[in-house]
Amino acid sequence: MLAALRHRYGILLVLAIVIAVLPLAFPSSYYFRVASLVWVSAFAAIGLNILMGKAGQVSLGHAGFFGIGAYAVAIGPTHLGVPSLVALLLGCLLSALLAFLVGRPILRLKGHYLAIATLGFGVLVALVITTESRWTGGPDGMSVMKLTLFGWRASGSDTWYWITGGLLLAGTWIALNLDETPTGRAFRALHDSEIAARVTGINVNRFKLQAFVIAAVYASLAGSALALMNGFVNPDQAGFLHSIELVTMVVLGGLGSVLGSIVGAAVLIMLPQVLTVFQEYENLLLGAIIIVSMIFMREGIVPMLSKFMMGRRA
Amino acid sequence: MTILKVDDIGISFGGLKAIDGVGFSVEAGQIFSIIGPNGAGKTTLFNVISGIYEASEGRIELAGQDVTRFAPDVLAARGLSRTFQNLQIFQRMTAIENVMVGRHLQEKCNLFADLFRLPSVTRQNKETRAAALAFLDEVGLRDHADTPAGALSYGACKRLEIARALAAEPRVLLLDEPAAGCNSVETEEIDRLICRVAAKGIAVVLVEHDMKLVMKISDRILALERGRPLIEGSPGEVRANPAVLEAYLGKHGAREAARA
Amino acid sequence: MPEFFQFLVSGLTIGAVYALVALGFTLVYNASDVVNFAQGEFVMLGGMVTVFVHAAGVPLPLAALVAVIVSVVLGLSLYWLAIAPARGASAVSLIIITIGASILLRGAAQIVFDKQFHKLPAFSGDTPVQMLGAAVQPQSFWVIGGTAVMVLLLYVFLERTLLGKAVLATSANRFAARLVGINTTTIMALAFGGSAAIGGVAGILITPITLTSYDVGTLLALKGFAAAMLGGMGNPLGAVAGGLLLGLLEAFGAGYISSTYKDAFAFIVILAVLFAAPQGLFGRRTIERV
Repeated sequence: MLAALRHRYGILLVLAIVIAVLPLAFPSSYYFRVASLVWVSAFAAIGLNILMGKAGQVSLGHAGFFGIGAYAVAIGPTHLGVPSLVALLLGCLLSALLAFLVGRPILRLKGHYLAIATLGFGVLVALVITTESRWTGGPDGMSVMKLTLFGWRASGSDTWYWITGGLLLAGTWIALNLDETPTGRAFRALHDSEIAARVTGINVNRFKLQAFVIAAVYASLAGSALALMNGFVNPDQAGFLHSIELVTMVVLGGLGSVLGSIVGAAVLIMLPQVLTVFQEYENLLLGAIIIVSMIFMREGIVPMLSKFMMGRRA
Repeated sequence: MTILKVDDIGISFGGLKAIDGVGFSVEAGQIFSIIGPNGAGKTTLFNVISGIYEASEGRIELAGQDVTRFAPDVLAARGLSRTFQNLQIFQRMTAIENVMVGRHLQEKCNLFADLFRLPSVTRQNKETRAAALAFLDEVGLRDHADTPAGALSYGACKRLEIARALAAEPRVLLLDEPAAGCNSVETEEIDRLICRVAAKGIAVVLVEHDMKLVMKISDRILALERGRPLIEGSPGEVRANPAVLEAYLGKHGAREAARA
Repeated sequence: MPEFFQFLVSGLTIGAVYALVALGFTLVYNASDVVNFAQGEFVMLGGMVTVFVHAAGVPLPLAALVAVIVSVVLGLSLYWLAIAPARGASAVSLIIITIGASILLRGAAQIVFDKQFHKLPAFSGDTPVQMLGAAVQPQSFWVIGGTAVMVLLLYVFLERTLLGKAVLATSANRFAARLVGINTTTIMALAFGGSAAIGGVAGILITPITLTSYDVGTLLALKGFAAAMLGGMGNPLGAVAGGLLLGLLEAFGAGYISSTYKDAFAFIVILAVLFAAPQGLFGRRTIERV
């Protein structure tokens, strides 16, 4: 099983089996909900990992795109009479367009300057969502119409478990496809040495922008899926802390590792669920766990485990 | 045929002229060396020619066309490749992947085809891999194809950079101290490699401190001092010029050059 | 005109707080290259600790002193427990660690204190002073004056004391500083402690005007970061200028353009500046060396 994780289709197969088998162990619909939440977050994290892990560009405002996707399927059907699925696509389009427009000037920046610029972008999106309450319901959020496909209404936590699981498989497949392609190599090249990438003929601005747009579309889709699943959206989904949560999933799981993003998402989604037992100590413990895991697993969970396994074999 | 023509180039940083009035031209298949003591502006000159710095004065022509202040990737597409003095390899990639990146301009690159990894992408990837392997073979790194670049020795990294630059099938190749830090066996390998490259009709511009190597393989040599040209000529002319030898190589270097 | 002056004073007041947060950012960044997103939590702590210690019957100046001490102790703990053990981690990992610390501090404040808004009495009463037709809260003078004193103290410390020069040397070149015998670990701890103190003081000064609660830190950290960036990351005077500028922009933007988007101005401006001048307003252009 571990050897399978070295091959693209091996990873997909293992993931498909996990998604298929997991429900057998679920005692209640609550577990379906949490697992769906993991799949959705993992999907967004995988997209962000293409930007951060492959192309090496940080984004501290990615929840902005998540929020755009979420509010697209909320506002579209409610205010504009657009069907949910069309609204979802429009959300992706808007995210891609915004990423393209904002990314052009932003991605020339490096290091902390890029961090604050992306952060500023994310905060602005969240501010617009919070302020334009006529459209968005303001800080209280708004309800989302259920997804209907040809008369069939997508509802129930088990239905959404399969929808989000399928989405995750597709997202994983595409992210894994990128390795071993000119685009994927260009991403990794500009991550390792921008200057060397440029002199080998790589238009670094173009590829950074591509990675940014891809990550934005992933986040937007995840946002739409979550909103349709929950039947509700609120501005926190576009907020700074959610951006950080996504970044932490990527880094904790392992930068550049697609599998890592899924693991990172699973840890970060399940942790608060477990910690609710501790009630008001939840935030305190969450903060402490983030610090400790970043100190002791700075390479990320998956790269560390794979190194450990290789070491044992040798 | 003149392939690279540098005309009266100058660049200054904060009012300080790092390069001033440097000009030369290189023909296809020629090995052209630039020498000078540390701080003479050799690497800065390379950075200007390869588009990393913008020239404040002068003109650069590549194959008869004005390419002054062009971006590095545009210059690469027009046939200019280079290596770096301080090693700029893609550490997290394997040796062969490094060279495959070098094939970037030879590849069709379509985002959607790549995202879905269409059959055409897989086919092209096979071709690129085969081509990259040939270039690795050329620099003697075939056996290390799947080694992570970060795990290669210093000398191997130097050669890997050359392979990556060659993979772009350039018309002009700028080599920044390819033999620095290499032992005598490795230096000789690089010496032969450069001659092979030039024999294929590629113009090689070389910055190198190993005077023995420079004197042996260069067709022409340009000597720089504090960003300004001092003399340009054949190795014989440069070697015969006592002022140059004293100024650039010191007494010890002069003796070494005389022996070569 | 009175309106203009009113906006000017309120802009300088809130700008002074941003300036202090940005100064804390800069101090830590210079010494350790860490962007400390927990910086805003020290402002929260300064206010909250003072409120609760004062409420327990301790006179205000003493309560303020306790608050600064608590901030410094927590700032030092942040360095020793979270930053020092993570030496060599990537910039993003360090950012995540400081955000983890900020979540932790907020979580702790929520338990130790409560989730309510709190106010401190103004230091010199609430009777507005009439100036150029505007009504100025006396506390504004405390905030602006206090900030000026802090900046001056920091300046004197950095320029006139041996320890201060060691801090400057460390920020210029950590490796070289170690070579000449400076204990850079101590310097970094000092920077964290110092920036915590600066944040704490900012919290004490501003709480009589803006109220405080356990969760005011995040937005302050974001704006402080924006201010530090605006001034060119790593430049202390730039940080102060950036903070004041940001405060003024917010006040005038809210006054003349739209008050609902008050919090947006900071980020619109920072994006605009970064588009036009990628190194910040007062940052130096660096040349890529290869």
